[in-house]
Amino acid sequence: MNLALAMLLPERLVRLSAVDYAIIVFYFVLVLAIGWYLKGRANTGEDFFMAGREMTAWIAGLSFLSANLGALELMGWAASAYQYGILATHWYWIGAIPAMLFLGIVMMPFYYISKTHSVPGYLRLRFGESSRTLAAISFAFMTVLMSGINMYSMALVMKVVLGWNINFSIWVSSLTVAVYVALGGLRSAIFNEVLQFILIWAGALLIPILGLVEAGGWSNLKLQIAQNASPAYTHLWSTLGSFHNNPMGIHWTGIVFGLGFVISFGYWTTDFLVVQRVLAAKDLRSAKLAPIIGAAFKMLVPFIVILPGLLGLAVLPMKLTGETMAVATGGHSYNEVLPLMLARYCGPGLLGLGITALIAGFMSGMAGNVSAFTTVWTYDIYRALINKGGSDHHYVNMGRWCTILGVLISVGTAYLVMQFASIMDYVQALFSFFVAPLFGTVVLGMLWKRASGPGGFWGLLAGTLSSIGMWAWVKADHSALRYVALSANARDMAENMYRALWSWIICVLVTVVISYMTQPKPVSELEGLVYGVTAIPQEAEVPIYHRPVFWAIIVGAFFVVLNILVW
Amino acid sequence: MRERGISIWFFIGLSLLVNGVLIVSAGVWQIFNPPANPVVLFHLHANVWWGAMLLVFGLIYCVRFAPRRQE
Repeated sequence: MNLALAMLLPERLVRLSAVDYAIIVFYFVLVLAIGWYLKGRANTGEDFFMAGREMTAWIAGLSFLSANLGALELMGWAASAYQYGILATHWYWIGAIPAMLFLGIVMMPFYYISKTHSVPGYLRLRFGESSRTLAAISFAFMTVLMSGINMYSMALVMKVVLGWNINFSIWVSSLTVAVYVALGGLRSAIFNEVLQFILIWAGALLIPILGLVEAGGWSNLKLQIAQNASPAYTHLWSTLGSFHNNPMGIHWTGIVFGLGFVISFGYWTTDFLVVQRVLAAKDLRSAKLAPIIGAAFKMLVPFIVILPGLLGLAVLPMKLTGETMAVATGGHSYNEVLPLMLARYCGPGLLGLGITALIAGFMSGMAGNVSAFTTVWTYDIYRALINKGGSDHHYVNMGRWCTILGVLISVGTAYLVMQFASIMDYVQALFSFFVAPLFGTVVLGMLWKRASGPGGFWGLLAGTLSSIGMWAWVKADHSALRYVALSANARDMAENMYRALWSWIICVLVTVVISYMTQPKPVSELEGLVYGVTAIPQEAEVPIYHRPVFWAIIVGAFFVVLNILVW
Repeated sequence: MRERGISIWFFIGLSLLVNGVLIVSAGVWQIFNPPANPVVLFHLHANVWWGAMLLVFGLIYCVRFAPRRQE
């Protein structure tokens, strides 16, 4: 949605009462109070950047999930569910659960035992300075840009839903995040993310409950969706045998290999925004359990995101359309389905809680971006390339200022996007260029001791450049889609998945070839970094119900059952 | 997180408690002063029972994780 379109839309979707405003104001006061309270516990680098590495598995796990559960995520996927049906659930289930379990069971020991403070930090230990620098600069740059884009999008949402001034929304929310992260560091970000996670559920869970009551249960809902849209809208897998049989124009190979393997594993196992939360766990068992707890709750998120979108297809009296059509006809767009459902069921008080959930979602995502940016900038760029000899106190101060600077750059990006809306598409595409190859580099580094430093660097660079090349090729010649995405009918999402898959394969191939052509690191230097030469603490003496593997199997079983239930 | 200072769960309890009180109050007020344009399923009075649930959970967490109990 761009500014011009937002201006043309109806004045506002919902009107808040005094009690709604009281709930929103109380939320802001509370998050600032938490930041103020924690400022005395962020005096050392370990405290400020790693939250003292003392988080329990529950807190690290909920924070791990909350950093990803932004307001745009909530509204965007509810809109996708209205537009594409239950297929949108793939981004929560196969597009997240296997990767989160893999992170907890297989990758976390290496991140944790190496005592790295960041994912680029792991790359330095494993492959050397050049790989770290490439990953750190691309991550830091993209993180603040993405944060700015999310900030702008959220301000637009607040304008459309509540009629709030865009400048007001941008400055109030961003300054609040800047204050509580600069004061309390990662600990404050994590505390607030857990609070925001609870508020998101408290504010959003009522919509599917009341929606199912109105629709007459799941069976009646499916019948109504079949009448209003298509029976294919309530099937998760059975329509994926062909590009033509489903609303998304995607094939199951794209979902399984592109989304379920490369994109999902790339994001959930190497994006420092989420991994940082787990690195703050108090011990290895908590670090392994945290992503598994996150996975269990991630499986439930479709109930507050996808189900409201599906319910909108059945119970809303109007037909939602794309934004251009909505503006032309004076109707509502797909993106408004969640606020429309909120306004449909929620009276005074509940409406304020629902809006607070959206604001909380935005702020948790932004705090995640800012705290991750601060750590990578301070440790992986500033300390590594600019000032190697600073004191711990100096780096903490740098972190505090960097938090404020990161927020200001994000605000600047938000205003830039306001002027040039097309920047948003380019930056979102840019972000996807780095994720898949980075996963190839990290996973080879952890599981293959023969991978060498030059192999890691050139593989990462080749994967990233090939991803950019494929994107530019399709932009310049749309018919190239039949090569990149295997079908001329593929939509944007399908193209993203196949592009990620190819860039991952190229990264892995280049890493393997260059590694065989160059000298590997001595085995003695790989201890704590690579499978086969790292002593991972055994859990034989721990009761089975305390073991991460046990809970990973339980979560995995539920994942399989849920997929079969809506096959 | 409970070794030092106030637990995160206390803050969460406080948030649920205050929100619960505000939402229940709004719901009860609406029972006696029904709005001209009620929301769908208004007769279920969701803000009363949902708010009450938040209030109870909030109270339990505030008591269970009260700063004084942890010292």
